[in-house]
Amino acid sequence: MIAFAVVLMMVVVLLVTLAHLQILSFGYYNTKSNNNRIEIIPIPPNRGVIYDRNGTPLAINNTIYQLKIIPDKISNLEEQLNELRGLVDLTDEDIEIFQKERRSYKAHRPVPLKDNLTEKEIAKFVVNQHRFPFVNISGNQHRYYPYSSALTHVLGYVSKINNQDKARLEEENKLSDYVGTLNIGKIGVERFYEDLLHGTPGYEEVEVNNRGTIVRQLNHNPPQAGEDIYLTIDLNLQLYIQKLLDGRKAAVVAIDPNNGEVLALVSSPSYDPNLFVGGISSKKYNALLEDKDKPLFNRAMLGSYPPASTVKPFIAVSALSEGVITPKTIVTDPGYWLLPGTEKRFRDWLRWGHGKVDVVKSLEESVDTYYYQVAYDMGIDRLSAWMNKFGYGERTGIDISPNEESRGIMPSRAWKMQRYKQPWVPGDTIPVGIGQGYWTATPLQLAKATTIMANNGKVYTPHLLKNKRSEMLEDGTFPALTKNAVTTNSDLTVLINQAYWALAKEGMYKVMFGSRGTARKIYAGSPYKAAGKSGTAQVYGLKADEIYNANDIPEHLRDHALFIAFAPYDKPKIALAIVLEHGGGGSSNGGAIAKHILDYYLLGDESTQVPEPIVNTRHED
Amino acid sequence: MVSGKKDSLLMRLHIDPLFLFFILLLLGYSVYIMWSASGQNLPMTERKVGQVILGIFVMIVFAQFSPRFYEKWAPYLYIACIIVLVIVDVFGYTSKGAQRWLNLGFIRFQPSEIAKIAVPLMVAKFINREGCPPPLKTTVQTLAIIAVPTLLVAMQPDLGTAILIAMSGIFIIFLAGISWKFIAASVVAIGAFIPVMWFFLMHDYQRERVLTLFNPERDPLGKGYHILQSKTAIGSGGLWGKGWLAGTQSQLEFIPERHTDFIFSVIAEEFGFIGAIILLILFLCLISRGLIIASQAQTTFGRILAGGLTLVLFIYVFINIGMVSGILPVVGVPLPLISYGGSSLVVLMASFGIIMSIHTHRNMLSKNI
Repeated sequence: MIAFAVVLMMVVVLLVTLAHLQILSFGYYNTKSNNNRIEIIPIPPNRGVIYDRNGTPLAINNTIYQLKIIPDKISNLEEQLNELRGLVDLTDEDIEIFQKERRSYKAHRPVPLKDNLTEKEIAKFVVNQHRFPFVNISGNQHRYYPYSSALTHVLGYVSKINNQDKARLEEENKLSDYVGTLNIGKIGVERFYEDLLHGTPGYEEVEVNNRGTIVRQLNHNPPQAGEDIYLTIDLNLQLYIQKLLDGRKAAVVAIDPNNGEVLALVSSPSYDPNLFVGGISSKKYNALLEDKDKPLFNRAMLGSYPPASTVKPFIAVSALSEGVITPKTIVTDPGYWLLPGTEKRFRDWLRWGHGKVDVVKSLEESVDTYYYQVAYDMGIDRLSAWMNKFGYGERTGIDISPNEESRGIMPSRAWKMQRYKQPWVPGDTIPVGIGQGYWTATPLQLAKATTIMANNGKVYTPHLLKNKRSEMLEDGTFPALTKNAVTTNSDLTVLINQAYWALAKEGMYKVMFGSRGTARKIYAGSPYKAAGKSGTAQVYGLKADEIYNANDIPEHLRDHALFIAFAPYDKPKIALAIVLEHGGGGSSNGGAIAKHILDYYLLGDESTQVPEPIVNTRHED
Repeated sequence: MVSGKKDSLLMRLHIDPLFLFFILLLLGYSVYIMWSASGQNLPMTERKVGQVILGIFVMIVFAQFSPRFYEKWAPYLYIACIIVLVIVDVFGYTSKGAQRWLNLGFIRFQPSEIAKIAVPLMVAKFINREGCPPPLKTTVQTLAIIAVPTLLVAMQPDLGTAILIAMSGIFIIFLAGISWKFIAASVVAIGAFIPVMWFFLMHDYQRERVLTLFNPERDPLGKGYHILQSKTAIGSGGLWGKGWLAGTQSQLEFIPERHTDFIFSVIAEEFGFIGAIILLILFLCLISRGLIIASQAQTTFGRILAGGLTLVLFIYVFINIGMVSGILPVVGVPLPLISYGGSSLVVLMASFGIIMSIHTHRNMLSKNI
């Protein structure tokens, strides 16, 4: 009886234990049991494709094949790796990276061993697959830029997500959208429209056994691919301009003045963004960094150049609006301008002067003296404020990260005090009148200002996004009315009298077609009307009576050639800004490039026979 | 008393119908859960059925001999067992670092299983000869009889079986009616022995197991992994269980040794608390019947032997369930009748045969002596 009592007592102990486990702690253990068996495998979404305005793909996704290995299932790992060497091109570096990577992987999960397998390697491996039960090949999406360097400064590129990206995603609460995603947009459109292009990851809920082998699928939630986007860029125009520039250090921006769509944005020379997708080797990266032509530098948006005479039409309409000049104002140009109360002379580019000059002639012949006088009369405060209205000294607001766009400098009293801790002096104002002095602008700013001129004051924000795939109609076209044309608050149509625009544009027309226009030789016989303005930015200041001769000075000190233009004159379809670094005369060299671009865009003329750069006297600006 | 044809057949076969009934229910339960615990492995389940059939045959055979026969042959069996154990320790076949097997060429044979029967038989005979309750001197001598095979098995090393062998002998001493004073003294002695065992007799892996018992989380991926997974299986079974063949811990092989030592975890996961209670009730019925048989035995030898064998069975159950549910160290004790494994089932069925023999031969004792 005692024995039986002891037995019963012990049975009660067991029952209490079981009740504790199965009834009281059921929730806890049930969760543990589910955690054991259910694994969530993220499925990264396909990145949206980027097209140009005509539907040509500019950034696509290729499948690359990766060799993966489950190291902790293989007892003779060394041996297997050596055997694999015979099948695929495995370097010591690959193995080193793999050994480092595997620590961050969960047990029994495949670790990448070799990226980018060739077809031959795949075939060789597949035949021998039976020898490697824990090695497999998996496909991965890989960004590819088919036009290589042509659009790098617009598209940017995607590259491996780094800790900095992770920290930012974490902050924006988006990190979970990136599980399983390898790359992220680093610069350009790829970065700016990251959220649109990335998509939403899906996941697969699978049941695994204790060895981590997937037993069955419980749930499949497909990823949602990123949005395909259509850029405003015209690939053909972009390629044509790139060909035209032929690797010279230059930037060209073309905008449709009717809506602010950026048709081409070229920074030359450029580089192949595909190098960055899989992670660039430090050797290749250093080569790009140390290239003296600075291909990594986006000249179109970050390059700040003195805008030079290209600003004259804008100063003209501002001065007319302020009443500083009238259409009838005449300035007599003896070849120089004397700062009142001083002996300080400001020279005109034409040593013997232009004689009596009104506003139209001041533009046609690019009379410096006229603008010295205007600048003096307006004063830096008004000048600066007006030029801000045309976008100088401010970012254009293009749909690319502000980090990748320079503001340029529109000098003002406050700016100088902050920058140099010195007060503004009247002598500082005078060169501002001809777009020199402290004034710098980016080619994109020049192009934006040109569209404003072409539009008689309507201000559009330059932009690159034309449409999203989701907006596409059933017939494959997009609604005529595009929502993406963004106008800004500063509408200059009201602020500036239409007659003043007409005067400035007449001056710009005469630059091309006037009897003394600075670019008349190039535009003679053109079947369409156009308007333009050249500029030659001094890199090297001449001494008081030194005569500029480009052949005498090293190339890196030669003037920058600038040119802005729009055409057709009556109903503009394209506005352009061109900067050729150390390109010599703006009217001759810049004007010639502009002519080719306009011919190509308006007439479909593809002749790229650009005249040899003219290197001559500091002339015709 | 004897009524019906079937009863008379069972009586002629020296079978106790009630005892058989509970054994068959448990074996049925065992085959049913084996199909699930083996991961629907048909050959394994078939072998289990084979083991059951062999076991029943062995039980019937053992029931035929009279208790007198067992009493007479006990010393020879005991000595044979000691010899074989020594041979094993010297020449035994090593499996997983333990010398437990003797390879006889056609069969791998585990002598420690024989000790499970030989020791209680020997102890029962020895104490019975000296008279009950045993004097102190007899008790000490009996302890020596128990200690020899126990230590030999412990050296293999097979701590679980060694404990069970020791238990099987000690229960008999206990049932022989020794004084409470002596029991108290033994508890103190065992208490003193534990540190000695810990530092001198136990292997590292055994110490590790004991430490793991008290804190499985201290090595959740190593030594503690099994017990955590087993507890998870039992706990996640809840009241009603996840259903037959539907235990994720079991079917996805998170439970270690799911068809042998840890089979109870499978039962508790798939059939829940209810299923575990049903199993415990079946065991309780079997043990009750065993104890009733013991109490009705005509001789002291029969009484203490039947009682001892029954209590050892219960200790098996208790240690196994205690071990898989995390209140006892993992010592490698199968769940009697349920776990997969031929030798232990056959030996167990043999001991049931002996118990039945004690019951069914009780009226013939006078004739046969």
